[in-house]
Amino acid sequence: MENVAKTAVRYLPIVIVMVAWEAIARLNLVDTLALPPLSKVAAAWFDLMRDGELVSNGASSLYRGSAGLLLAVLIGGTLGMIMARCRIFDMLINPLVELFYPLPKSALIPVTVLWLGFGDGSKILLIFLGCMIPVTIGAYNGARGSDHALLWSARSMGAGSFRMMWDVVLPSALPELLNGIRTALALAFILLVSSELIVSQRGFGYLIGYLGSTGSYEGMYAVVLTVALLGFAVDRIYQLLMQWLLRWRD
Amino acid sequence: MDGQAQIVVERVNHTYRPPRGRPVLALSDISLDIRPREFLALLGPSGCGKSTLLYLVGGFLPIEAGRILVEGKPVAAPGPDRGIVFQHFALFPWKTVRGNVLYGLERQGLPRPEREKRAQAFIDMVGLHGFEDSYPSQLSGGMRQRTAIARTLAIDPSILLMDEPFGALDAQTRSLMQTELLKIWQRSPKTVIFVTHDVQEAVYLAERVAVMSARPGRVKAIVETKFPNRDPSILRSKEFVEKVDQLWNMVRDEAIKAQEATGS
Repeated sequence: MENVAKTAVRYLPIVIVMVAWEAIARLNLVDTLALPPLSKVAAAWFDLMRDGELVSNGASSLYRGSAGLLLAVLIGGTLGMIMARCRIFDMLINPLVELFYPLPKSALIPVTVLWLGFGDGSKILLIFLGCMIPVTIGAYNGARGSDHALLWSARSMGAGSFRMMWDVVLPSALPELLNGIRTALALAFILLVSSELIVSQRGFGYLIGYLGSTGSYEGMYAVVLTVALLGFAVDRIYQLLMQWLLRWRD
Repeated sequence: MDGQAQIVVERVNHTYRPPRGRPVLALSDISLDIRPREFLALLGPSGCGKSTLLYLVGGFLPIEAGRILVEGKPVAAPGPDRGIVFQHFALFPWKTVRGNVLYGLERQGLPRPEREKRAQAFIDMVGLHGFEDSYPSQLSGGMRQRTAIARTLAIDPSILLMDEPFGALDAQTRSLMQTELLKIWQRSPKTVIFVTHDVQEAVYLAERVAVMSARPGRVKAIVETKFPNRDPSILRSKEFVEKVDQLWNMVRDEAIKAQEATGS
Protein backbone atom coordinates (compact mmCIF):
# COMPACT_ATOMS: atom_id res chain seq x y z
CA MET A 1 0.00 0.00 0.00
CA GLU A 2 2.82 2.34 0.93
CA ASN A 3 4.56 1.56 -2.34
CA VAL A 4 1.46 2.38 -4.34
CA ALA A 5 1.25 5.72 -2.55
CA LYS A 6 4.90 6.46 -3.24
CA THR A 7 4.53 5.67 -6.93
CA ALA A 8 1.42 7.85 -7.08
CA VAL A 9 3.30 10.78 -5.54
CA ARG A 10 6.21 10.27 -7.94
CA TYR A 11 4.02 10.44 -11.01
CA LEU A 12 1.85 13.26 -9.64
CA PRO A 13 3.75 16.00 -11.56
CA ILE A 14 2.91 14.23 -14.82
CA VAL A 15 -0.77 14.13 -13.93
CA ILE A 16 -0.65 17.85 -13.05
CA VAL A 17 0.93 18.70 -16.40
CA MET A 18 -1.71 16.62 -18.22
CA VAL A 19 -4.58 18.36 -16.39
CA ALA A 20 -3.01 21.78 -16.94
CA TRP A 21 -2.54 21.03 -20.64
CA GLU A 22 -6.19 20.10 -21.05
CA ALA A 23 -7.35 23.13 -19.06
CA ILE A 24 -5.15 25.65 -20.90
CA ALA A 25 -6.37 24.37 -24.25
CA ARG A 26 -10.05 24.21 -23.23
CA LEU A 27 -10.01 27.70 -21.72
CA ASN A 28 -8.47 29.04 -24.95
CA LEU A 29 -5.52 30.50 -23.03
CA VAL A 30 -3.36 29.66 -26.05
CA ASP A 31 -4.29 29.05 -29.66
CA THR A 32 -5.78 25.53 -29.93
CA LEU A 33 -3.89 25.13 -33.21
CA ALA A 34 -0.59 25.48 -31.35
CA LEU A 35 -1.72 23.37 -28.39
CA PRO A 36 -4.72 21.13 -29.04
CA PRO A 37 -6.41 19.69 -25.93
CA LEU A 38 -4.83 16.49 -24.66
CA SER A 39 -8.12 14.62 -25.07
CA LYS A 40 -8.10 15.40 -28.80
CA VAL A 41 -4.47 14.32 -29.02
CA ALA A 42 -5.47 11.02 -27.42
CA ALA A 43 -8.29 10.62 -29.90
CA ALA A 44 -5.88 11.28 -32.76
CA TRP A 45 -3.55 8.66 -31.29
CA PHE A 46 -6.29 6.03 -31.42
CA ASP A 47 -7.05 7.01 -35.01
CA LEU A 48 -3.38 6.63 -35.97
CA MET A 49 -3.28 3.26 -34.26
CA ARG A 50 -6.46 2.08 -35.97
CA ASP A 51 -5.39 2.91 -39.51
CA GLY A 52 -1.97 1.34 -38.84
CA GLU A 53 0.06 4.49 -39.59
CA LEU A 54 1.68 4.60 -36.17
CA VAL A 55 2.51 0.90 -36.14
CA SER A 56 3.97 0.67 -39.64
CA ASN A 57 6.03 3.87 -39.28
CA GLY A 58 7.03 2.85 -35.77
CA ALA A 59 8.17 -0.55 -36.97
CA SER A 60 10.52 0.90 -39.55
CA SER A 61 11.90 3.38 -36.98
CA LEU A 62 12.50 0.61 -34.48
CA TYR A 63 14.19 -1.51 -37.13
CA ARG A 64 16.57 1.32 -38.08
CA GLY A 65 17.25 2.25 -34.48
CA SER A 66 17.96 -1.26 -33.25
CA ALA A 67 20.05 -2.21 -36.30
CA GLY A 68 22.24 0.90 -35.95
CA LEU A 69 22.57 0.48 -32.20
CA LEU A 70 23.34 -3.23 -32.44
CA LEU A 71 26.11 -2.58 -34.96
CA ALA A 72 27.48 0.20 -32.76
CA VAL A 73 27.53 -2.06 -29.69
CA LEU A 74 29.19 -4.99 -31.49
CA ILE A 75 31.76 -3.02 -33.47
CA GLY A 76 32.30 -0.16 -31.00
CA GLY A 77 32.58 -2.53 -28.05
CA THR A 78 35.11 -4.76 -29.79
CA LEU A 79 37.08 -1.75 -31.02
CA GLY A 80 37.23 -0.18 -27.55
CA MET A 81 38.42 -3.40 -25.93
CA ILE A 82 41.11 -4.03 -28.53
CA MET A 83 42.27 -0.41 -28.24
CA ALA A 84 42.62 -0.84 -24.49
CA ARG A 85 44.69 -4.02 -24.85
CA CYS A 86 46.84 -3.21 -27.90
CA ARG A 87 49.14 -0.17 -27.94
CA ILE A 88 49.53 0.10 -31.72
CA PHE A 89 45.80 -0.14 -32.29
CA ASP A 90 45.29 2.50 -29.63
CA MET A 91 47.78 4.86 -31.28
CA LEU A 92 46.10 4.42 -34.67
CA ILE A 93 42.45 4.67 -33.65
CA ASN A 94 42.41 6.97 -30.63
CA PRO A 95 43.13 10.21 -32.56
CA LEU A 96 40.29 9.37 -34.94
CA VAL A 97 37.91 8.83 -32.06
CA GLU A 98 38.95 12.12 -30.46
CA LEU A 99 38.54 13.98 -33.74
CA PHE A 100 35.10 12.48 -34.37
CA TYR A 101 33.91 12.92 -30.77
CA PRO A 102 32.93 16.62 -30.80
CA LEU A 103 31.35 16.53 -34.28
CA PRO A 104 27.55 16.97 -34.06
CA LYS A 105 26.46 13.71 -35.64
CA SER A 106 23.34 15.34 -37.11
CA ALA A 107 25.71 17.15 -39.49
CA LEU A 108 26.26 13.75 -41.10
CA ILE A 109 22.60 13.38 -42.11
CA PRO A 110 23.14 14.77 -45.64
CA VAL A 111 26.42 12.85 -45.95
CA THR A 112 24.85 9.47 -45.16
CA VAL A 113 21.97 10.26 -47.55
CA LEU A 114 24.50 11.07 -50.27
CA TRP A 115 26.14 7.69 -49.69
CA LEU A 116 23.17 5.41 -49.10
CA GLY A 117 20.06 7.28 -50.29
CA PHE A 118 16.77 8.02 -48.57
CA GLY A 119 15.98 4.55 -47.25
CA ASP A 120 16.93 2.51 -44.20
CA GLY A 121 20.64 2.33 -45.01
CA SER A 122 21.45 5.99 -44.43
CA LYS A 123 19.59 6.04 -41.08
CA ILE A 124 21.27 2.86 -39.87
CA LEU A 125 24.70 4.20 -40.85
CA LEU A 126 24.06 7.52 -39.11
CA ILE A 127 22.91 5.86 -35.88
CA PHE A 128 25.79 3.41 -36.05
CA LEU A 129 28.36 6.21 -36.45
CA GLY A 130 26.83 8.37 -33.74
CA CYS A 131 26.33 5.58 -31.21
CA MET A 132 29.68 3.97 -31.78
CA ILE A 133 31.52 6.82 -30.04
CA PRO A 134 30.07 6.49 -26.52
CA VAL A 135 30.16 2.68 -26.78
CA THR A 136 33.81 2.66 -27.86
CA ILE A 137 34.81 5.11 -25.15
CA GLY A 138 32.94 3.11 -22.50
CA ALA A 139 34.52 -0.17 -23.57
CA TYR A 140 37.95 1.45 -23.77
CA ASN A 141 37.86 3.03 -20.32
CA GLY A 142 36.34 -0.07 -18.77
CA ALA A 143 38.80 -2.47 -20.37
CA ARG A 144 41.80 -0.32 -19.43
CA GLY A 145 40.80 -0.63 -15.81
CA SER A 146 40.95 -4.43 -15.84
CA ASP A 147 43.09 -5.66 -12.97
CA HIS A 148 46.33 -7.31 -14.10
CA ALA A 149 46.08 -9.80 -11.23
CA LEU A 150 42.82 -11.07 -12.77
CA LEU A 151 44.45 -11.39 -16.18
CA TRP A 152 47.41 -13.19 -14.65
CA SER A 153 45.15 -15.53 -12.68
CA ALA A 154 43.22 -16.44 -15.81
CA ARG A 155 46.41 -17.00 -17.75
CA SER A 156 48.01 -19.18 -15.11
CA MET A 157 44.86 -21.32 -15.07
CA GLY A 158 45.23 -21.92 -18.79
CA ALA A 159 43.31 -19.12 -20.58
CA GLY A 160 44.65 -17.98 -23.97
CA SER A 161 44.45 -14.44 -25.37
CA PHE A 162 40.95 -14.76 -26.79
CA ARG A 163 39.70 -16.43 -23.63
CA MET A 164 41.15 -13.64 -21.49
CA MET A 165 39.37 -11.03 -23.63
CA TRP A 166 36.06 -12.82 -23.27
CA ASP A 167 36.41 -14.04 -19.68
CA VAL A 168 38.25 -11.14 -18.02
CA VAL A 169 38.47 -7.98 -20.13
CA LEU A 170 34.83 -7.92 -21.23
CA PRO A 171 33.30 -8.45 -17.77
CA SER A 172 35.79 -5.96 -16.28
CA ALA A 173 34.70 -3.41 -18.87
CA LEU A 174 31.00 -4.17 -18.43
CA PRO A 175 29.99 -1.41 -15.96
CA GLU A 176 31.46 1.37 -18.11
CA LEU A 177 30.46 -0.30 -21.34
CA LEU A 178 26.84 -0.54 -20.22
CA ASN A 179 26.85 3.15 -19.26
CA GLY A 180 28.22 3.99 -22.70
CA ILE A 181 25.46 1.96 -24.31
CA ARG A 182 22.87 3.85 -22.26
CA THR A 183 24.18 7.14 -23.64
CA ALA A 184 24.14 5.61 -27.12
CA LEU A 185 20.53 4.54 -26.63
CA ALA A 186 19.41 8.13 -26.02
CA LEU A 187 21.53 9.32 -28.92
CA ALA A 188 19.94 6.73 -31.21
CA PHE A 189 16.49 8.22 -30.58
CA ILE A 190 17.72 11.74 -31.31
CA LEU A 191 19.49 10.78 -34.52
CA LEU A 192 16.65 8.55 -35.66
CA VAL A 193 13.89 11.12 -35.35
CA SER A 194 15.93 14.04 -36.67
CA SER A 195 17.15 12.14 -39.73
CA GLU A 196 13.65 10.87 -40.49
CA LEU A 197 12.28 14.35 -40.04
CA ILE A 198 14.64 15.75 -42.64
CA VAL A 199 14.91 13.07 -45.28
CA SER A 200 12.58 10.08 -45.19
CA GLN A 201 9.34 8.62 -46.43
CA ARG A 202 8.77 6.44 -43.38
CA GLY A 203 9.26 6.41 -39.67
CA PHE A 204 8.25 8.38 -36.56
CA GLY A 205 10.18 11.45 -37.66
CA TYR A 206 8.59 11.39 -41.09
CA LEU A 207 5.14 11.05 -39.55
CA ILE A 208 5.73 14.00 -37.22
CA GLY A 209 6.90 16.14 -40.14
CA TYR A 210 4.09 15.01 -42.43
CA LEU A 211 1.31 15.56 -39.90
CA GLY A 212 2.77 18.94 -38.94
CA SER A 213 3.01 20.14 -42.53
CA THR A 214 -0.55 19.06 -43.31
CA GLY A 215 -1.98 20.81 -40.27
CA SER A 216 -2.96 17.68 -38.31
CA TYR A 217 -1.51 19.02 -35.10
CA GLU A 218 -3.39 16.61 -32.82
CA GLY A 219 -1.81 13.71 -34.70
CA MET A 220 1.60 15.37 -34.62
CA TYR A 221 1.42 15.72 -30.84
CA ALA A 222 0.28 12.12 -30.57
CA VAL A 223 3.40 10.87 -32.40
CA VAL A 224 5.72 13.16 -30.41
CA LEU A 225 4.27 11.82 -27.15
CA THR A 226 4.58 8.25 -28.43
CA VAL A 227 8.28 8.73 -29.14
CA ALA A 228 8.79 10.33 -25.71
CA LEU A 229 7.03 7.48 -23.91
CA LEU A 230 8.84 4.86 -25.94
CA GLY A 231 12.21 6.46 -25.11
CA PHE A 232 11.31 6.52 -21.43
CA ALA A 233 10.16 2.87 -21.45
CA VAL A 234 13.22 1.64 -23.33
CA ASP A 235 15.55 3.44 -20.91
CA ARG A 236 13.70 1.95 -17.92
CA ILE A 237 13.90 -1.57 -19.33
CA TYR A 238 17.57 -1.02 -20.12
CA GLN A 239 18.24 0.05 -16.55
CA LEU A 240 16.64 -3.13 -15.25
CA LEU A 241 18.76 -5.18 -17.63
CA MET A 242 21.85 -3.33 -16.45
CA GLN A 243 21.02 -4.00 -12.81
CA TRP A 244 20.63 -7.68 -13.57
CA LEU A 245 23.87 -7.90 -15.56
CA LEU A 246 25.78 -6.14 -12.78
CA ARG A 247 24.10 -8.00 -9.90
CA TRP A 248 27.52 -9.23 -8.73
CA ARG A 249 28.52 -5.74 -7.64
CA ASP A 250 27.99 -4.69 -4.06
CA MET B 1 73.00 -27.01 -10.25
CA ASP B 2 71.50 -29.08 -7.47
CA GLY B 3 69.98 -32.23 -8.93
CA GLN B 4 67.30 -32.23 -6.23
CA ALA B 5 66.06 -28.72 -6.83
CA GLN B 6 62.62 -28.28 -8.37
CA ILE B 7 63.04 -24.57 -8.93
CA VAL B 8 66.42 -23.08 -9.79
CA VAL B 9 66.90 -19.33 -9.89
CA GLU B 10 70.28 -18.44 -11.34
CA ARG B 11 71.87 -15.00 -11.41
CA VAL B 12 68.62 -13.22 -12.13
CA ASN B 13 68.54 -9.44 -12.57
CA HIS B 14 65.43 -7.43 -13.16
CA THR B 15 65.00 -3.78 -14.03
CA TYR B 16 61.75 -2.03 -13.33
CA ARG B 17 60.92 0.51 -16.02
CA PRO B 18 58.21 2.92 -14.91
CA PRO B 19 56.20 4.56 -17.71
CA ARG B 20 57.73 7.86 -16.62
CA GLY B 21 61.04 8.33 -14.87
CA ARG B 22 64.30 6.44 -14.72
CA PRO B 23 64.58 2.65 -14.77
CA VAL B 24 65.28 1.09 -11.38
CA LEU B 25 67.27 -2.07 -10.72
CA ALA B 26 64.77 -4.13 -8.72
CA LEU B 27 66.59 -7.45 -8.43
CA SER B 28 70.31 -7.97 -8.55
CA ASP B 29 72.07 -11.28 -9.03
CA ILE B 30 69.51 -13.52 -7.35
CA SER B 31 70.35 -17.20 -7.06
CA LEU B 32 68.16 -19.63 -5.18
CA ASP B 33 67.41 -23.35 -5.22
CA ILE B 34 64.09 -24.62 -4.00
CA ARG B 35 63.53 -28.30 -3.25
CA PRO B 36 60.35 -30.20 -4.07
CA ARG B 37 57.66 -29.83 -1.38
CA GLU B 38 59.64 -27.21 0.43
CA PHE B 39 57.95 -24.25 2.09
CA LEU B 40 60.16 -21.25 1.43
CA ALA B 41 59.44 -17.70 2.55
CA LEU B 42 60.80 -14.63 0.77
CA LEU B 43 61.15 -12.04 3.50
CA GLY B 44 62.13 -8.43 3.03
CA PRO B 45 61.14 -4.78 3.36
CA SER B 46 58.55 -3.26 1.02
CA GLY B 47 59.94 -2.51 -2.40
CA CYS B 48 62.77 -5.04 -2.20
CA GLY B 49 61.50 -6.89 -5.24
CA LYS B 50 60.31 -10.05 -3.49
CA SER B 51 57.01 -10.00 -5.34
CA THR B 52 58.84 -9.34 -8.60
CA LEU B 53 60.90 -12.48 -8.02
CA LEU B 54 57.71 -14.43 -7.44
CA TYR B 55 56.18 -13.07 -10.68
CA LEU B 56 59.34 -14.07 -12.57
CA VAL B 57 59.03 -17.66 -11.30
CA GLY B 58 55.35 -17.52 -12.25
CA GLY B 59 56.28 -16.50 -15.79
CA PHE B 60 54.27 -13.29 -15.61
CA LEU B 61 57.24 -11.03 -16.28
CA PRO B 62 59.96 -11.55 -18.90
CA ILE B 63 63.30 -12.78 -17.59
CA GLU B 64 65.89 -10.26 -18.74
CA ALA B 65 69.11 -11.64 -17.31
CA GLY B 66 69.93 -14.99 -15.74
CA ARG B 67 67.58 -17.93 -15.87
CA ILE B 68 64.85 -19.68 -13.93
CA LEU B 69 64.28 -23.41 -14.33
CA VAL B 70 61.24 -25.31 -13.12
CA GLU B 71 61.63 -29.09 -13.27
CA GLY B 72 64.70 -28.46 -15.39
CA LYS B 73 62.85 -26.41 -18.01
CA PRO B 74 63.28 -22.65 -18.44
CA VAL B 75 60.25 -20.60 -17.47
CA ALA B 76 58.71 -18.91 -20.50
CA ALA B 77 55.06 -18.30 -19.61
CA PRO B 78 52.57 -18.85 -16.80
CA GLY B 79 51.27 -22.40 -16.49
CA PRO B 80 48.91 -24.48 -14.38
CA ASP B 81 51.91 -26.19 -12.73
CA ARG B 82 52.47 -22.93 -10.83
CA GLY B 83 49.35 -21.72 -9.04
CA ILE B 84 49.33 -18.17 -7.70
CA VAL B 85 47.49 -16.50 -4.81
CA PHE B 86 47.50 -12.70 -4.62
CA GLN B 87 47.26 -10.34 -1.67
CA HIS B 88 44.03 -8.84 -2.95
CA PHE B 89 42.57 -12.23 -3.88
CA ALA B 90 42.15 -11.54 -7.63
CA LEU B 91 38.78 -13.29 -7.67
CA PHE B 92 36.52 -12.74 -10.65
CA PRO B 93 33.95 -10.45 -9.01
CA TRP B 94 31.29 -11.42 -11.56
CA LYS B 95 31.57 -15.11 -10.68
CA THR B 96 30.23 -16.82 -7.59
CA VAL B 97 32.45 -18.83 -5.25
CA ARG B 98 31.59 -21.93 -7.27
CA GLY B 99 32.15 -20.12 -10.58
CA ASN B 100 35.57 -18.95 -9.46
CA VAL B 101 36.68 -22.40 -8.34
CA LEU B 102 35.28 -23.97 -11.51
CA TYR B 103 37.07 -21.55 -13.81
CA GLY B 104 40.49 -23.16 -13.80
CA LEU B 105 38.97 -26.64 -14.07
CA GLU B 106 37.05 -25.52 -17.17
CA ARG B 107 40.23 -24.13 -18.70
CA GLN B 108 41.94 -27.42 -17.96
CA GLY B 109 39.22 -29.20 -19.92
CA LEU B 110 37.89 -31.46 -17.19
CA PRO B 111 34.53 -33.06 -18.01
CA ARG B 112 31.62 -31.35 -16.31
CA PRO B 113 30.63 -33.92 -13.65
CA GLU B 114 34.23 -34.29 -12.60
CA ARG B 115 34.87 -30.57 -12.28
CA GLU B 116 31.64 -30.01 -10.34
CA LYS B 117 32.69 -32.71 -7.90
CA ARG B 118 36.22 -31.40 -7.60
CA ALA B 119 35.11 -27.78 -7.12
CA GLN B 120 32.74 -28.82 -4.35
CA ALA B 121 35.47 -30.84 -2.64
CA PHE B 122 37.81 -27.84 -2.53
CA ILE B 123 35.06 -25.44 -1.46
CA ASP B 124 34.30 -27.81 1.41
CA MET B 125 37.99 -28.12 2.24
CA VAL B 126 38.40 -24.37 2.79
CA GLY B 127 35.20 -24.29 4.85
CA LEU B 128 32.96 -22.40 2.44
CA HIS B 129 30.16 -24.96 2.30
CA GLY B 130 26.91 -23.01 2.03
CA PHE B 131 28.52 -20.03 0.30
CA GLU B 132 28.84 -21.61 -3.16
CA ASP B 133 26.43 -19.15 -4.75
CA SER B 134 27.75 -16.00 -3.04
CA TYR B 135 29.60 -13.37 -5.01
CA PRO B 136 32.98 -12.17 -3.69
CA SER B 137 31.45 -8.77 -2.82
CA GLN B 138 29.21 -10.58 -0.32
CA LEU B 139 32.11 -12.28 1.50
CA SER B 140 34.58 -11.19 4.18
CA GLY B 141 38.26 -10.80 3.32
CA GLY B 142 39.12 -14.13 4.90
CA MET B 143 36.41 -15.93 2.94
CA ARG B 144 37.57 -14.29 -0.28
CA GLN B 145 41.10 -15.52 0.29
CA ARG B 146 39.79 -19.01 1.09
CA THR B 147 37.97 -18.95 -2.24
CA ALA B 148 41.15 -17.87 -4.03
CA ILE B 149 43.13 -20.65 -2.34
CA ALA B 150 40.48 -23.23 -3.26
CA ARG B 151 40.51 -21.99 -6.86
CA THR B 152 44.27 -22.34 -7.09
CA LEU B 153 44.50 -25.70 -5.31
CA ALA B 154 41.66 -27.18 -7.37
CA ILE B 155 43.84 -27.33 -10.50
CA ASP B 156 46.46 -29.18 -8.43
CA PRO B 157 49.61 -27.18 -9.17
CA SER B 158 52.84 -28.73 -7.91
CA ILE B 159 54.07 -25.25 -6.98
CA LEU B 160 52.13 -22.67 -5.01
CA LEU B 161 53.20 -19.03 -5.38
CA MET B 162 51.76 -16.85 -2.63
CA ASP B 163 52.14 -13.07 -2.81
CA GLU B 164 51.52 -11.73 0.72
CA PRO B 165 48.29 -13.71 0.73
CA PHE B 166 47.27 -12.76 4.26
CA GLY B 167 48.52 -9.17 4.13
CA ALA B 168 45.07 -7.69 3.59
CA LEU B 169 43.41 -9.60 6.44
CA ASP B 170 42.86 -8.57 10.06
CA ALA B 171 45.17 -10.10 12.70
CA GLN B 172 42.76 -12.80 13.95
CA THR B 173 41.79 -13.96 10.48
CA ARG B 174 45.43 -13.93 9.43
CA SER B 175 46.52 -16.25 12.23
CA LEU B 176 43.61 -18.66 11.54
CA MET B 177 44.49 -18.70 7.84
CA GLN B 178 48.16 -19.39 8.62
CA THR B 179 47.27 -22.45 10.65
CA GLU B 180 44.88 -23.63 7.95
CA LEU B 181 47.46 -23.17 5.21
CA LEU B 182 49.89 -25.32 7.19
CA LYS B 183 47.23 -28.02 7.58
CA ILE B 184 46.53 -27.98 3.85
CA TRP B 185 50.22 -28.07 3.03
CA GLN B 186 50.84 -30.98 5.42
CA ARG B 187 47.95 -32.94 3.91
CA SER B 188 49.00 -32.46 0.29
CA PRO B 189 52.57 -31.24 0.24
CA LYS B 190 53.38 -28.76 -2.48
CA THR B 191 56.34 -26.54 -3.08
CA VAL B 192 55.38 -23.16 -1.66
CA ILE B 193 57.06 -19.82 -2.22
CA PHE B 194 55.50 -17.41 0.23
CA VAL B 195 56.22 -13.70 -0.02
CA THR B 196 55.81 -11.71 3.18
CA HIS B 197 57.22 -8.79 5.13
CA ASP B 198 55.96 -10.26 8.39
CA VAL B 199 58.89 -11.92 10.20
CA GLN B 200 56.79 -14.01 12.56
CA GLU B 201 54.64 -15.27 9.70
CA ALA B 202 57.73 -16.29 7.75
CA VAL B 203 59.29 -18.16 10.68
CA TYR B 204 56.04 -19.85 11.63
CA LEU B 205 55.10 -21.07 8.16
CA ALA B 206 58.33 -21.68 6.29
CA GLU B 207 61.05 -24.30 6.52
CA ARG B 208 63.58 -21.88 5.09
CA VAL B 209 63.49 -18.11 4.91
CA ALA B 210 65.33 -16.17 2.23
CA VAL B 211 65.98 -12.70 3.64
CA MET B 212 66.15 -10.07 0.93
CA SER B 213 67.99 -6.77 1.04
CA ALA B 214 66.58 -3.33 0.27
CA ARG B 215 66.53 -2.26 -3.36
CA PRO B 216 68.19 -3.56 -5.44
CA GLY B 217 66.91 -6.84 -3.98
CA ARG B 218 69.55 -9.46 -3.27
CA VAL B 219 69.37 -12.62 -1.21
CA LYS B 220 71.09 -11.47 1.95
CA ALA B 221 70.82 -14.74 3.88
CA ILE B 222 69.00 -18.04 3.87
CA VAL B 223 67.93 -19.15 7.34
CA GLU B 224 66.61 -22.60 8.32
CA THR B 225 63.39 -22.25 10.29
CA LYS B 226 62.39 -25.88 10.79
CA PHE B 227 60.73 -26.75 14.06
CA PRO B 228 59.81 -30.20 15.36
CA ASN B 229 56.13 -29.31 15.17
CA ARG B 230 54.08 -26.40 13.90
CA ASP B 231 51.49 -26.02 16.59
CA PRO B 232 50.47 -22.44 17.23
CA SER B 233 51.95 -23.15 20.69
CA ILE B 234 55.49 -22.86 19.30
CA LEU B 235 54.88 -19.17 18.79
CA ARG B 236 55.73 -18.72 22.48
CA SER B 237 58.66 -21.16 22.63
CA LYS B 238 62.16 -19.84 23.31
CA GLU B 239 63.73 -21.09 20.08
CA PHE B 240 60.91 -19.62 18.01
CA VAL B 241 61.22 -16.22 19.64
CA GLU B 242 65.01 -16.26 19.17
CA LYS B 243 64.63 -17.12 15.49
CA VAL B 244 62.20 -14.27 15.02
CA ASP B 245 64.63 -11.91 16.76
CA GLN B 246 67.53 -13.02 14.59
CA LEU B 247 65.56 -12.47 11.38
CA TRP B 248 63.97 -9.29 12.63
CA ASN B 249 67.42 -7.76 13.12
CA MET B 250 68.39 -8.57 9.55
CA VAL B 251 65.16 -7.20 8.12
CA ARG B 252 65.27 -4.10 10.27
CA ASP B 253 68.67 -3.08 8.88
CA GLU B 254 67.26 -3.42 5.39
CA ALA B 255 64.05 -1.59 6.22
CA ILE B 256 66.10 1.34 7.56
CA LYS B 257 68.20 1.36 4.39
CA ALA B 258 65.07 1.26 2.28
CA GLN B 259 63.62 4.23 4.17
CA GLU B 260 66.81 6.22 3.81
CA ALA B 261 66.89 5.47 0.10
CA THR B 262 63.38 6.79 -0.43
CA GLY B 263 63.91 9.70 1.95
CA SER B 264 66.97 11.07 0.15
